[in-house]
Amino acid sequence: MSDDDMDRKQFLKLIGAAAAGVLGGAGVISCGSAAEDGAAPEQKTSRRWGMVVDTTKCPADCTACISACHEAHNVPDIGNKKEEVKWVWKEKYETLLPESAGRLSEQRRSLPVLTLCNHCDNPPCVRACPTQATFRRDDGIVQMDFHRCIGCRFCMAACPYGSRSFNFRDPEPHIAKLTPQFPHRTRGVVEKCNFCAERLDRGQQPLCVEKCPQKALVFGDLNDAGSEVRRLIDARAPRQRKPELGTEPSVYYLT
Amino acid sequence: MIEKAMRGSRGYWIWLGSLALVAAVGVLNYLHQLDVGLTVTGMSRDVSWGLYIAQFTFLVGVAASAVMLVLPSYLHSYKEFQKLVVLGESLAVGAVTMCLLFVICDLGQPARLLNIFLHPTPHSMLFWDSIVLQGYLALNVIVGWGTQSAERHQVAPPPWLKVLIYVSIPWAFCIHTVTAFLYAGIPGRELWLTAIMAPRFLASAFASGPALLLLLVFLERRLTGFDPGEKPIQTLATIVTYSMIANLFFLSLEFFTAFYSGIPGHEHTLRYLFVGLDGHTQLVPFMWTSVLLGAGGVTLLTVPAWRRRRGLLVAACAAIFVSAFIDKGMGLVIGGFVPSPLHRVTEYHFTFTEIAISAGIWAIGAFIVTVFFKIASGVREEAEELKPSGALQPE
Repeated sequence: MSDDDMDRKQFLKLIGAAAAGVLGGAGVISCGSAAEDGAAPEQKTSRRWGMVVDTTKCPADCTACISACHEAHNVPDIGNKKEEVKWVWKEKYETLLPESAGRLSEQRRSLPVLTLCNHCDNPPCVRACPTQATFRRDDGIVQMDFHRCIGCRFCMAACPYGSRSFNFRDPEPHIAKLTPQFPHRTRGVVEKCNFCAERLDRGQQPLCVEKCPQKALVFGDLNDAGSEVRRLIDARAPRQRKPELGTEPSVYYLT
Repeated sequence: MIEKAMRGSRGYWIWLGSLALVAAVGVLNYLHQLDVGLTVTGMSRDVSWGLYIAQFTFLVGVAASAVMLVLPSYLHSYKEFQKLVVLGESLAVGAVTMCLLFVICDLGQPARLLNIFLHPTPHSMLFWDSIVLQGYLALNVIVGWGTQSAERHQVAPPPWLKVLIYVSIPWAFCIHTVTAFLYAGIPGRELWLTAIMAPRFLASAFASGPALLLLLVFLERRLTGFDPGEKPIQTLATIVTYSMIANLFFLSLEFFTAFYSGIPGHEHTLRYLFVGLDGHTQLVPFMWTSVLLGAGGVTLLTVPAWRRRRGLLVAACAAIFVSAFIDKGMGLVIGGFVPSPLHRVTEYHFTFTEIAISAGIWAIGAFIVTVFFKIASGVREEAEELKPSGALQPE
């Protein structure tokens, strides 16, 4: 089994390296140092994907990114809160960033803000998983292997952001329109946002970023000082969720 | 030796038959859960562990508590415990088996269980927990069986068995410490993120485990006339007393840190458990029952005259067992999920299926413990018959 494992990792690395080349050339996502990364295949890539969410641009009633993501990734609509499965969704500003909500107006505090897996640099879920079914890729994406997950839900207990969902039942009957390009899950496994790893590996931006009509989501390489995400971080000092936990989230919020 | 469990009174067979029946009902319900998924439980996206993991956590403690008999017996040559040690080990075997079953019942994909060993992951505490629990099960089966064989043949236990016995002592502390590490290393779950989680677990284990053992010993005396003597019973009662006092002390320390520091995350979970949060008070009556039973049990045990009265001792042991079960089983595991990382209070209501499966697992545990106690009692009787003629000599 460990041979398969190596194969898969190498495969992902290879694809990552190829994508880096494509992206560097096309300039779809700014990653100036991509050429250096591609040089040594065994070396960790120095890329780390991240996202900046501009809460001031994101309209309260727009769900374009959510529906696009959930449709593309076969996220079921179970129809009850108890067994809800979600990859990207909205939460009130004050629940998401409570430490900065204190003196804000009621309107600001109840503003719906987009949330998704933080793809932590130091992910507690990966630490907790007993089978490496959830793992951190070299480019920073925290990925799930739906076929290895034993459904112990340790990762759900470990995630400080509530980003993970469990398939309490067979999700298939609850998927309105099946997208055959992406695997749908069986019952009994955990799932979450994958930063559209499958699209990144093809040189595309994450679907939520692409579908946002307001361009409120900016995606790029956090390790590239010249990238748009880094420029925004530098210019506007955005917030991360629960930074004190040392997880180092890759999702930033402009407020 | 197993033949000793094959002969018994009518009551013995009726008891085993009833346990098998409850276990069968549990199995049927489990098959249903396996078929439909964990949707048949009360667990949710927010409270993603429930009754199964709660009981698993509690029973690891019961299993570990065998060390409270083994340690005085083998490290301090406390002879009074000699007749009770094997019962402690039997209880440990039953309890660890139940732990493993509870974990398996909690899995969404139990068929992939072996992935834990096919892809060993040293940074996962669950990986270590499964290793130490299985090791502990093996140790107790071998040690229990070995010491019984030795007693049966009226010989001293072989040296290799002694080694295993010594190994089992730190191992018992390990199983509960590693189980505490499942919780104590998770950032963002404030109720669990406490360095005294392992000491708390051990204290509550060394109170509830021996309390259960005392109840079982009294039951056995009723049924078979087995009398271990008053002295070991009082010693065990003392162990229960001090452990429970330590447990309640540790709990109060959690309150101090949470409320004196005033850090909201630490306060909220304790508030949810003991006074309710955002109008959700489901666990409040249970938590206070636990505290009152614990304090009441300790009071009964602390006064020597009361402790020596059998009726009061039984009441105290039962109170402490229930108190620890609520505190560690229900409060700790479910409370850890409330409020959720997104500050929502979701309450957990277990379902009939969860109860039926849990009852089935308890029946399996009780079956194992009954059979082991029966063997021990048979060996004891046989040894007593042999005693006048048989001298102690090495094999």
